[in-house]
Amino acid sequence: MMFLKTVYTIWYRDLLRFLRDRSRILSSLGQPLLFLVVFGNGLAPAVAAGMGGVDFRAFLFPGILSMAVLFTAVFSAVSIVWDREFGFLKEVLVAPVSRTAVALGKVAGGSTTALIQGLLIMLLAPLVGVRFNLVQILTLIAMMILLAATMTSFGILIAARMRSMEGFHMMMNFLLMPMFFVSGAFFPLRQVPLWMEWLARADPVAYGVDAMRQTALSGLVPEPVLRVITLHPLEINLLALMAFWLLFLVPAVWLFSRTD
Amino acid sequence: MEAIEAERLTRRFGDFTAVREVSFTVREGELFAFLGPNGAGKTTTINMLCTLLRPTSGTARVGGRDIVREPHEVRRRIGLVFQDPSLDDRLTAWQNLQFHARLYDVPRRIFEERARRLLELVELTDHAHQEVRTFSGGMKRRLELARGLLHQPKVLFLDEPTLGLDPQTRRHIWEYILRLRDTEGTTVFFTTHYMDEAERADRIAIIDHGRIIALDTPDHLKAMIGGDVIRMRTSDDARAANRVREALGLEPQLTEEGVHIEAAQGDQLIPRLLGVLQNGLEPPLIVHSISLRRPSLEDVFIKLTGRAIRDEEASPLERMRLGHRLWSRR
Repeated sequence: MMFLKTVYTIWYRDLLRFLRDRSRILSSLGQPLLFLVVFGNGLAPAVAAGMGGVDFRAFLFPGILSMAVLFTAVFSAVSIVWDREFGFLKEVLVAPVSRTAVALGKVAGGSTTALIQGLLIMLLAPLVGVRFNLVQILTLIAMMILLAATMTSFGILIAARMRSMEGFHMMMNFLLMPMFFVSGAFFPLRQVPLWMEWLARADPVAYGVDAMRQTALSGLVPEPVLRVITLHPLEINLLALMAFWLLFLVPAVWLFSRTD
Repeated sequence: MEAIEAERLTRRFGDFTAVREVSFTVREGELFAFLGPNGAGKTTTINMLCTLLRPTSGTARVGGRDIVREPHEVRRRIGLVFQDPSLDDRLTAWQNLQFHARLYDVPRRIFEERARRLLELVELTDHAHQEVRTFSGGMKRRLELARGLLHQPKVLFLDEPTLGLDPQTRRHIWEYILRLRDTEGTTVFFTTHYMDEAERADRIAIIDHGRIIALDTPDHLKAMIGGDVIRMRTSDDARAANRVREALGLEPQLTEEGVHIEAAQGDQLIPRLLGVLQNGLEPPLIVHSISLRRPSLEDVFIKLTGRAIRDEEASPLERMRLGHRLWSRR
């Protein structure tokens, strides 16, 4: 019982912080929006030939959705480093609660804020001429939750032993940005060099993008075309994401629970 | 039962031994001070006692529970106020208290009543629903005090509770601490490098280079010094100290604040000091000032270690963090 209460307390704090900080919500919407509107509209005519008749904006949209989820999730997890730097983490660490519950609360909090951010992006879909039916919306939400949980766990794994914000910037440059760029968010991962294909296979974000793209484009694009611009069957994507989630979550909780 | 019993508590960081076989006991309801210069091992000790850091060897019981074997039980019984604020300053004061109450499983109705009473005690009732980032340093520290008591801990740990606060706010904070101890009967263990703060404690442990070098009541500690303390400044303190040693057979100590002499009857010594310093020396010494006073804890520290406890400059890391804090306005 106390375990669940702890998860809830940590989750609630993250949510409260997120909702109180309206300027952050708006500013973190700005970047995906910029990509979507400027990139989408700017590149659409140029790449039209290679897209097999798929509107580039519709192609790009799931990638931008993943981008919003990915960065919000990781930032929210890495706030552990801020909390450590500014002392708040101590308040949590000296409390008579399970650290596993604290870590899980953090996963729940990061996932929720990332989901909210994703939902806000989804509201903008009509702006670039993308429309979803109810089934698509619900499926996309489920996928966003899965991707958010995976990437929050990844963030906690990184942040669990991190002592400084410098380490965080390192991680941003050498892990997060490459993960995002090779995920196929901007371009189909077909006819790319072999190394990129292999990197994408090791990239959890790629499976999230792929899954969301299949859902978002189904019905909009003929089946053969869809198969060309996506990578794996939906089930493989979902299984891979779940595997990555566990792969990150277990050591993240373990590392977070240890005392110095 | 004793509130805290430390047994040969030791913590090493690599080659550096921060705390070396420290043993002491704190009685229930006692106000106990850990006094020492920066880097003496005060914070390391407190972090071990409140289960944030594992001892390399040795152990302690806090509230009757072992810090190594039963950290969870220890955490239930202690409250903490840290050197650095540990509030979430994006939340309101009330929300911070609520967060704490949930983690410590304080039932809601009890929480509301206690939170109101504690906020009143630290005079923050009017600011309960303001975001903490709008608070001054003193207000934050007061809120932390209230929060530390919310779950009625047996032992309250205060790590440099007044560091970085102005003198008026410091005095204020101490009024609260003393009032809390009197009304709640909580055992208070605090660290400080301010002599006047240690003075308020029932007993003081003086710590230097990771060891306890003295432990007693403030009066007994001061009684270690035989009588009065004379401090003087001259045109050449080193020569003056030599002269006093040779001519009067005393044991003067040379510190950055001048020559330091202990004497049973200080008032009668001053004329003789002036005599030996101003006569028969070539070139003559000029005495700038002489002061006479009752011994302080600072004098005890000087006697034990040969140097003064001073406020050291902020380390580069601390400065960076301060800058960060300003810059990010958290």
